[in-house]
Amino acid sequence: MPQDLFEKFDAILSDYNQLPDDEGNPFKVSMEKVLSPTTAIINGRETILAGTNNYLGMTFNEECMQAAQDAVQNFGTGTTGSRVLNGTYDGHMLLEESLKEFYGTDGAIVFSTGYQANLGIIATMAGPKDYVVIDADSHASIYDGCAMGNATVVRFKHNDPESLDKRLGRIRRSDPEAGILVVLEGVYSMLGDQAPLRELTSISKKHNAYTLVDEAHSVGVFGETGRGVAQEQGVEDQVDFIVGTFSKSVGTVGGYCVSNHPKFEAIRLTCRPYIFTASLPPSVVASARKALKIIATTNLRTKILDNSRKLNQGLTEAGFNMGTNGESPIAAIIVDDQKTSIAFWGEMIREGVYVNLALPPATPNGYNLMRCSLSAAHSFEQIDFMLEKFSLVGKKLGIIS
Amino acid sequence: MTQSIDEIFEQVCTLIEPFNKKQVALTKESSFSMDLELDSLAVMDLLAEIEDHFDVTVPLNILPDLEKIGQVAEAIEKILRK
Repeated sequence: MPQDLFEKFDAILSDYNQLPDDEGNPFKVSMEKVLSPTTAIINGRETILAGTNNYLGMTFNEECMQAAQDAVQNFGTGTTGSRVLNGTYDGHMLLEESLKEFYGTDGAIVFSTGYQANLGIIATMAGPKDYVVIDADSHASIYDGCAMGNATVVRFKHNDPESLDKRLGRIRRSDPEAGILVVLEGVYSMLGDQAPLRELTSISKKHNAYTLVDEAHSVGVFGETGRGVAQEQGVEDQVDFIVGTFSKSVGTVGGYCVSNHPKFEAIRLTCRPYIFTASLPPSVVASARKALKIIATTNLRTKILDNSRKLNQGLTEAGFNMGTNGESPIAAIIVDDQKTSIAFWGEMIREGVYVNLALPPATPNGYNLMRCSLSAAHSFEQIDFMLEKFSLVGKKLGIIS
Repeated sequence: MTQSIDEIFEQVCTLIEPFNKKQVALTKESSFSMDLELDSLAVMDLLAEIEDHFDVTVPLNILPDLEKIGQVAEAIEKILRK
């Protein structure tokens, strides 16, 4: 008998098959109707969305929706092609101009997703003789960019300047001339912790390494004009490449990288995840552009963090073991065992609150997490409702007393 | 100063102890996934300890070739010899 290609998945399928066969199965949830950035109909019930990364509620912004509708009217539903063939419309060029203006950089390149931006930039920029040095808790797109490329990959302990310093020192000792790219994230998505960019970038520069910061979860949320953690911590001049996404605070989909490197445009000629895929649809490009303009001047940032502090504080007071402290839009309850976390998720969806069930290996420290991401669009009443339901379910499952 | 593979193996075993939750007897043939039941993340954390102990760079690229403890000792010996 030839090998069944799917036999290797037996263990994971057996875990999957133990999940409830009803609405308590997190893989079967679907939004029947989306009413607003914070509410949807799920299983026929109006449900509060507490885990969508929709930080500024931009998905239903009227100006963004109008821009998208106009773009569909004038340019159609899709580009049907690569940026290097027929897939570059005026909108794509204008969006890249908007990014340059937003960040004050000389270069900007738009990708079809944030995942592809990390994948492409890391895999392309660091060649066989170069090094990529990554944080241990990096997002999958960063690990995959390393796996796709040919560079030597070294990993340092999460947010640990000493661990980074040692590793860069060793590389420089054996290879003084090597090109080195250090990859960091502004905010780590599972526990919402910020990278100490001032220390990490200063160490990188001491060893003559380039720095890349992924601001996927921080653009629109941190910094005076919403550029992210590098702006918030005042270290933008120490960052060579910023990667970001349109799929969170910008409210649509797509990724980008901005830089002042004088040869940055070479990426367009060499980066396979940029070249060999279709470009973003005109409607997406138009709404992203509009959203960037709004984000630069919005005062919604304080509202997100007010909301997050309220939820984090309430959950702490209720007696939950928290992985977060309210200094980012994330609120994550640590649940001791996986089975309880799955039951927790199922009870919450029945009570009308959608959160993210996040399990290892996607989480740090092997944590089982009930992860919420707050939005500026949440009202305090909605947060009170979430708190009421968390307490109810937490008591029912014996997690809190 | 060069170290023999056996000397390196002994030190690697000491570093593995905190990861050896099931107190498996360690030999050069012990497998990280089968015997120690470590997932890839735990193996990467172990590699970080090994890097700091021997003060060497152990790139993630060689991870697929490190299934057994003996292979780690051999890899470190090779890196130290460079």
